[in-house]
Amino acid sequence: MNAPLRRVGVVAMVLFGLLFANLNWIQAYKADEYRNSDYNGRVQVAEYERKRGNIEAGGTALATSKETGGKLRFLRTYPGGEKYAHVLGYKPVNLGDTGIERVENDFLAGTSDALIANRIKDMFTGDETGGGNVLLTLSKRAQDAAFNGLSNNQVGAKKGAAIAFDPRTGAVQALVSMPSFDPNPLASHDTDEATAAYNKLEGAEGGPLKNRALSEVLPPGSTFKIVVAAAALENGIGKNTQIPAGPSYTPPTSGTPIRNAVPSICPESEVTLISAVTESCNTGFAKLGVELGADTVKEKARQFGFEQDDLTVGQLGEDGLPVAASRTGAMQGPDGSTDPAALAQSSIGQRDVKMTPLQGALIAGAVANGGSQMRPYLVRQLLAPDRTTSYYTAKPRELRQPVSGQVSSDLRDMMVSVVENGTGRNAKFNGYTVGGKTGTAQSGPQTPDHGWFIGFALDSKGTPVSAVCVVLEEAGSGGSAEAARIAGKIMQAAAADSGGR
Amino acid sequence: MTAAAAPAASPATTGEQPGVRLARSRRNAELSLLLLALVIVAAYGATVEATVLDTVTPDFWVPTAVLAGVFLALHVVIRFLAPYADPALLPAVALLNGIGVGFLRRLDLARAAPADRESLAIFAGNGGRQFAWTLASVMLAAGLLALMRDHRSVSRYAYTLGLAGIVLVMIPAVLPAKYSEIYGAKLWIIVPGVGQIQPGEFAKLALLAFFAYYLVRKREVLSLASHRFLGIDFPRGRDLGPVLAVWALSVLVLVFEKDLGTSLLYFGMFVVTLYIATERVSWLLIGLILFFGGAYLAYVLGGVVGGPFANFHLRAQIWLDPFADPYQDGYQLVQGLLALGSGGLFGAGPGGGEPLEIPEVQNDFIFAGIGEEIGLFGLSALLVVYLLIVERGLRAALAVRDSFGKLLAGGLAFTLGLQVFVIVGGISKLIPLTGQTTPFLSAGGSSLMANWLLIAVLLRVSDAARRPVTGGGGPAARPGGGPPEQLHGAPTEVIRP
Repeated sequence: MNAPLRRVGVVAMVLFGLLFANLNWIQAYKADEYRNSDYNGRVQVAEYERKRGNIEAGGTALATSKETGGKLRFLRTYPGGEKYAHVLGYKPVNLGDTGIERVENDFLAGTSDALIANRIKDMFTGDETGGGNVLLTLSKRAQDAAFNGLSNNQVGAKKGAAIAFDPRTGAVQALVSMPSFDPNPLASHDTDEATAAYNKLEGAEGGPLKNRALSEVLPPGSTFKIVVAAAALENGIGKNTQIPAGPSYTPPTSGTPIRNAVPSICPESEVTLISAVTESCNTGFAKLGVELGADTVKEKARQFGFEQDDLTVGQLGEDGLPVAASRTGAMQGPDGSTDPAALAQSSIGQRDVKMTPLQGALIAGAVANGGSQMRPYLVRQLLAPDRTTSYYTAKPRELRQPVSGQVSSDLRDMMVSVVENGTGRNAKFNGYTVGGKTGTAQSGPQTPDHGWFIGFALDSKGTPVSAVCVVLEEAGSGGSAEAARIAGKIMQAAAADSGGR
Repeated sequence: MTAAAAPAASPATTGEQPGVRLARSRRNAELSLLLLALVIVAAYGATVEATVLDTVTPDFWVPTAVLAGVFLALHVVIRFLAPYADPALLPAVALLNGIGVGFLRRLDLARAAPADRESLAIFAGNGGRQFAWTLASVMLAAGLLALMRDHRSVSRYAYTLGLAGIVLVMIPAVLPAKYSEIYGAKLWIIVPGVGQIQPGEFAKLALLAFFAYYLVRKREVLSLASHRFLGIDFPRGRDLGPVLAVWALSVLVLVFEKDLGTSLLYFGMFVVTLYIATERVSWLLIGLILFFGGAYLAYVLGGVVGGPFANFHLRAQIWLDPFADPYQDGYQLVQGLLALGSGGLFGAGPGGGEPLEIPEVQNDFIFAGIGEEIGLFGLSALLVVYLLIVERGLRAALAVRDSFGKLLAGGLAFTLGLQVFVIVGGISKLIPLTGQTTPFLSAGGSSLMANWLLIAVLLRVSDAARRPVTGGGGPAARPGGGPPEQLHGAPTEVIRP
């Protein structure tokens, strides 16, 4: 009987070997997957054990954690409610996090490598200092102006976005997307309540969870003429050069004529480039685009930032909120050669040209800043939990140089002319020189037009203080004028808010 | 066990006749190992307190001291009643039992309100109940050692035990659900307001004693009368009777008590003792075919017919993909896996995990809860301790001289290993989950007590196995006097070690 007993001993070893191998599989190979699983409540308990740091702007906490005394010790609250929702995002218990809450999660939660010294210190002192604080570049006044301007717009637009930044540095002054939402219910510790709130927002009309300022692309309409004008200026055309215009233009390959917004705009056969911009002359720019060629127009747009699909807005050189790529789209016919009709329509910002509001502001910013486009950013500083040590301070960086100083100066004159004498008068405010370009873009055969305004403000010494883009989606008639008015308010607030940032 | 240079010095066991090799009882080795186990248990308890309470209370040593008192008492009993017993068994079991009590107390601490934790009474809650059961179990084990001075005496009551085993298994099946069902498994005798016991745990021992006796009696006919088929010796149809009868019993248990684990355990137990008795691989093959055939049939029936098989079908489904329904059916297994995964290689440290995330962590899932805190390395160590018990039990079976003892010890040791395999494999998604206790760790008196009785039997058999055969015995070797040579009492074979 000993032989089978020995074999039974081997069987027992094999069974235990299987257990051992399987535990290795689970506790070593699959450990990370299980540890970070969405179903793993441990992650949350640990995460809510330490006080999460604040997100602040202009000395005010916009996202802060309150002690609850419950199993999850800290509740995340957003005192600003809807106003800052798209910048801050939210940090829910049971859903995916978004916005700065997501991008700076490690630092806010205190788990970042940068805070290791703090954690070690806490281990010895027994203190609970919590996570680090994130200071944003936002100007409270500019954000107020943007939020109030969009929500109380006078053309009844339900959707839209506004973004403003300092053209000299790229520091974002205001970022609003409309409709907005209240992040507080999403961060509720009652996960059913949070899920219900999320599902409601997810299905809501207008997509309130979408960050339209960064991730929504729309046809830019006439604001795109600034890009075409820049290409023209680099190709031997001066701002006072006469360019062909006229009441109507039918490109060689298409029977659909391009007309001006109203018959009183550039009916003469030739106008100067500056007045074509000032009056927003469609026929002039359609012909100009066809003359310059698709490659020139596309290349100029690319130099302004079109086609970039990896831009983020957060820390400089780090991950941030993703920005959708703006596109010039196809301008070829079926045979692959340039289609003049497509090119003509593209040159006035229609057809397949699509742009984010941020891209609009970047164009205006480059013009205002002597041709240098600064990389936009939202995170000004990372402060230690005890607020004494700074782990990061933004050092502004140039993103690209789309135009030379001379070309930017000419463009600036033209855009100032738009606000002084042309379609952008609503953006004007006292004490500053304001430039800009309106745009009215067809959104579809049955829907009202989008109203655009891109612009900038220069102080009395000619120093740029703010670049802005406002979009009112499906605003219909008067949309771009209203966008210009809101843009003016935002830039005025940003210019006045010197200490807040 | 490697031989130490020094001869064992236990006065009670020193050989009395010159020229005879000194028999080594190794009781001092047992004592040292036991003290080592108690040090580990004390350290575990202190670490738990340091983590959960942020301080080690002045009374942290009390639980260990209580256990030390209990186990050292048993050690002394063994010195007198089973002086040659295997010295590794008691320390190994004491370590597991101690870790179990410590972890249950750790669960009590987690359940208590933060303000009450530091003042939580040591004899409260699950941990306290486990203390009481440990005390009772160890006393019972000592009593069994005193009562059963020779394991062969058990064979006299074999049929009684067999009948008792069947009755014990059947009681929950015939009782109304109110008095027998917990979480869908009808395995219990519940006395409302008092508590519950799981008679199947004790039936395991009784049935095995019967199996061992029956098979020793029948092994000639089972191993000789056969016909060849496909090159394998299969026994005659009529000799298949008993195995089929027990198979049927297992299925009855499965059907009425809705528990695959127990039927698997009984069946595996029977097949392995049959294999050891007959030395015929064909029995293993038949057993495996019957088992997998039965399991697959139950799975298919569960899907088609439902009824009593539905529970098994559901468990198989959960096993195949626990994440398919992570909040309902798969919840417990999912949370167990997440706990194990969160523990990783080194674990969160004793007291550092979140065991209360796992439903029933004090019973079926205690291994997952402990695993989160001691990690892969700690669990491997626990598995090695279990394996050590199993292999020491098998070693006793190898060395003992009578067939009945071989079958009894071998069967019990393997059954213990199988039980560990079934539950640990279940919670780690190696095999479908079946409700089994983790021996010596899980909260639950029946399981603890039955397994301590099992250990008492192993101690008794190992004592017989290691007792010197030469020298004509003496008072120490045969406390009751009687025939000096054990071989004369053996009912069967000539020894071929």
